[in-house]
Amino acid sequence: MIDRIPWIIGVGNPMRGDDGAASAVVDYLLAQDIPAYAFDGDGAELMEMWLGQSRVIVIDAAVSGAEVGTVHRFDAHLAELPRNFFRHSTHQFGVAEAVEMARALGRLPAEMIVYGIEGENFTLGGPLSPQVEQAVYQAAERIKADIGGPY
Amino acid sequence: MTKAPSVSTTRKIKVDALSRVEGEGALDLHIQNGVIKDLKFRIFEPPRFFEALLRGRDHSEAPDITSRICGICPIAYQLGASQAMEDALGISVTGPLRDLRRLIYCGEWIESHVLHAAMLHAPDFLGLDDALQIAKVNPELVKTALRLKKLGNDILDVVGGRAVHPVNLKVGGFYKVPTKARVRELIEPLKWAIDASRGVTLAFGGFDFPDFDYDYTCVSLRHADEYAIHEGRIVSNRGLDIAVKEFPDHFLEEHVAHSNALHGMLREGEAAYLTGPIARYNNNYDQLSQLAKSTAKEAGLGRVVTNPFKSIVVRMVETVYALEESLRIASAYEEPDGSCVTVAPHAGTGHGCTEAPRGICYHRYQLDDAGLILRATIVPPTAQNQKQIEADLRGVVERNLKLDDEKLKWRCEQTIRNYDPCISCATHFLKLSVKRD
Repeated sequence: MIDRIPWIIGVGNPMRGDDGAASAVVDYLLAQDIPAYAFDGDGAELMEMWLGQSRVIVIDAAVSGAEVGTVHRFDAHLAELPRNFFRHSTHQFGVAEAVEMARALGRLPAEMIVYGIEGENFTLGGPLSPQVEQAVYQAAERIKADIGGPY
Repeated sequence: MTKAPSVSTTRKIKVDALSRVEGEGALDLHIQNGVIKDLKFRIFEPPRFFEALLRGRDHSEAPDITSRICGICPIAYQLGASQAMEDALGISVTGPLRDLRRLIYCGEWIESHVLHAAMLHAPDFLGLDDALQIAKVNPELVKTALRLKKLGNDILDVVGGRAVHPVNLKVGGFYKVPTKARVRELIEPLKWAIDASRGVTLAFGGFDFPDFDYDYTCVSLRHADEYAIHEGRIVSNRGLDIAVKEFPDHFLEEHVAHSNALHGMLREGEAAYLTGPIARYNNNYDQLSQLAKSTAKEAGLGRVVTNPFKSIVVRMVETVYALEESLRIASAYEEPDGSCVTVAPHAGTGHGCTEAPRGICYHRYQLDDAGLILRATIVPPTAQNQKQIEADLRGVVERNLKLDDEKLKWRCEQTIRNYDPCISCATHFLKLSVKRD
């Protein structure tokens, strides 16, 4: 059964307000016994994390100008990911760069879905915005639909 | 295309968010009638007050708390803090435990140097926007770099228990020593990596380096028996040779309004100085391995490097050396009987200094009778290099005034990236603006 479950990685820093949206999704999934991993390192490491996996779902906070709490969903095989869209970046090498680098190196997993949760408040020590809390629930439910339950 | 400016104008160039550096910073440049009116390398990454939050904590907590200053160079903080505590408490860590410390520090140099040189700095020399573009043009180079970086992180994992923010280092040594079998697993990948890193070094040696030289005051550690990484005296190419505890007598930090990071300088003449790969290479070239020296020569480096843009090659030469050192230590490793030297807390003041990938990182702590921290001072390398970065920028801008604003901006960012600045560490990121009237 476990083979059917994609490698789910939530990216961001839970200590920086809405940047913690993805790790909140991970917590929600873990509470339902769905394996998922929270990650707060650089893009190169992110690529290592999914190396050898055929199905991968990555979640990150987004700052695209859309309404706060919007849940964006991208199939990486359908189009390039937009740059300057996702929140998490160490040395300007974040989720979009990791996905595009993997594509350039021929290392993109066979299935690669990326979720972005639109945030607004990224202050140190801040809580999730109420709209983002709602979005966390929505994103987690959509991921469950992607996986194809039952859970 | 931006028109090249005539000399009799005022130009203001702003880089509001410098990319491919760690943290948040900016550059403001104001040029009037072909003369630099103002140049400020601003660091606005918020200060994090690590030194204040260490007060009242136990001496044993300092390595793990300070390691959080940086995800790229946590060992510099863990070991600097540990050594300062050991200095205050009168113990020393020797033999196989000292070797393990050198091994994990080599791991940090490898992952940090390769990340910066291949992924962040190389695009500047190739006229590409970022590493992604390199991956499209030369995927094999990027694959090699990623594998080298991962090997550095693997060393951190084997010795430190985790690839990022290792958890196994403590005052007096380690919580648990790695098994011989795990350390020996590093040997075959290291053999591959020495050859692979030489190849990358020679490729980078063929870059077209901007014409700029500076007569740097090079400050680094120097150790009697080895190319200094985690221990030594503080020396310069101008005759300075002091014990680590004398650091405050010779160096000072000044708060300038445009930066949240303190500016480091020499007390004598309040002069800028250089710390990091070029300073180490210039001061300690004689202690590099034969292979590192021959690789440097083949890559076009002289005995002394004065062109800061060649720092990318020096970083790779140091990577070759760190890989060789790792192989030497891993091959000779036998599990020691104990994992650490026992420490009894008492009052005292201690100093520690190691060569972080970006340069010397100094720590000082004052402890009370129970071993609780009364005062903490940490001087990271990027804070020390800030004044020199501004001096380099002035020189580079003066020689490149004929460039249009976009090209000048690019050249300035490249100049800052020569330092692999870790702005998060220094504040205890970058925006660039050029103004020409």
